[in-house]
Amino acid sequence: MAEVNTGDGGGGHGKHDKKRAKKLSTRIDMTPMVDLAFLLLTFFVMTSTFNKAKTMEINFPAEPEENEKRDKINNALTFILSKDNTVYYYYGEFYTAGNNDGAPPTELTKTDFSKDGLHKLLLDKNKSTVEEINKLSEQLKTRAIADTTYKRLAIKAKGDKTALTVLIKADDKAIYKNIIDLIDELIICQVGKYVVVDMMPAEFELVTAAGSKL
Amino acid sequence: MPKIKMPKANPSLDMTPMVDLAFLLVTFFMLTASVRVSEPVVVDTPSSTSDKILPDNVLLVSIDKAGKPFFNISNPQVRIATLEKMGEQHKIQFTDEEKKRFGAMTSIGVPINKLKEYINLDDSQRQRVVSPGVPHDSLDNQLGEWIQFGRIEAAKQAKGEKDKAEAAGREFKYEPMRFAIKADGAANYIAVKEIIKVFTDKDIYRFNLITNLEQPE
Repeated sequence: MAEVNTGDGGGGHGKHDKKRAKKLSTRIDMTPMVDLAFLLLTFFVMTSTFNKAKTMEINFPAEPEENEKRDKINNALTFILSKDNTVYYYYGEFYTAGNNDGAPPTELTKTDFSKDGLHKLLLDKNKSTVEEINKLSEQLKTRAIADTTYKRLAIKAKGDKTALTVLIKADDKAIYKNIIDLIDELIICQVGKYVVVDMMPAEFELVTAAGSKL
Repeated sequence: MPKIKMPKANPSLDMTPMVDLAFLLVTFFMLTASVRVSEPVVVDTPSSTSDKILPDNVLLVSIDKAGKPFFNISNPQVRIATLEKMGEQHKIQFTDEEKKRFGAMTSIGVPINKLKEYINLDDSQRQRVVSPGVPHDSLDNQLGEWIQFGRIEAAKQAKGEKDKAEAAGREFKYEPMRFAIKADGAANYIAVKEIIKVFTDKDIYRFNLITNLEQPE
């Protein structure tokens, strides 16, 4: 506690009958002020939000116009999210049984959000882009290219024709977290072209069948 | 008896540096911190590695675990203007006092006909109200109206500020309003998609999805 200073030597006079101004102490009791300061400090620490929210920017596709011609997507990987954090995927176009192109009907492969599942798959499928970007960042490190050039080239590499395009679809049992996790994984794996779209009825049937098999 | 004479220690110590520090911290927190206001909805956002910071000027729709949407606009003036427009649309008169209170509130999750009542509750009572979420079905798309009016009012506000800045000869930095979605990680994707559909119907396709920061492995 702070001392209550009364000022010493109060009774010193008498010998010399000289009137002396009482020496005033320069100290004041600071306890209440400190109390108040800490009270305020505690209040502000408790009520303040320190972290600003982080966000992920995403574009959703507009509703396609009626009879709009659809371009064939090359190098497409389709993910279908379902219940209990399961992910199904297929590569390329979707073919139903007995289609006109004579291709075998599409089969879904199951994977999960683990390191050996989704991450490995994406790195493998997106190998050319990942290698390209690694090469660029190596160049950036050795100062062969400027960072603005790096950014431009990285965007170009991600948007390249040979780069992977990912379609994300979800059934009615998937949760929002799955979508975010998947998009996050895509960003980590340098996939630049991804879109969240609705499922086709044929795909839904396949997913339901795959889910009920378990 | 011999007594051990303890040196009489002075119990006081100089507190000045401590006080200095305390006030420094108080000042720091006062200036940097924005006050956390209690939201009517608890949203546990999923985490991602994205480290982009949410812009200040946003129209935010929060979606709770059950898929109920809550509406919020960060700019108080735009909020009030939007409320006026919504009141006109639904023939509800809001007093100046109510508008002022609404400007200081956070997310709302009640239909417009309950809003007056909701605004007039005091904070502690409001906490206990279970919000049904803003209606967003095709018959009564209030969420869509909120978004539409909010967007118009935000543009008007920006225009007004621009004119003011130009009249005063200052430079004006236009920051368009962003559309943010803050959904609970456990919310069903279909529910989130419905809300996104409300936005895309209004030709809004770019969103900021709010997430927690997660450290990449």
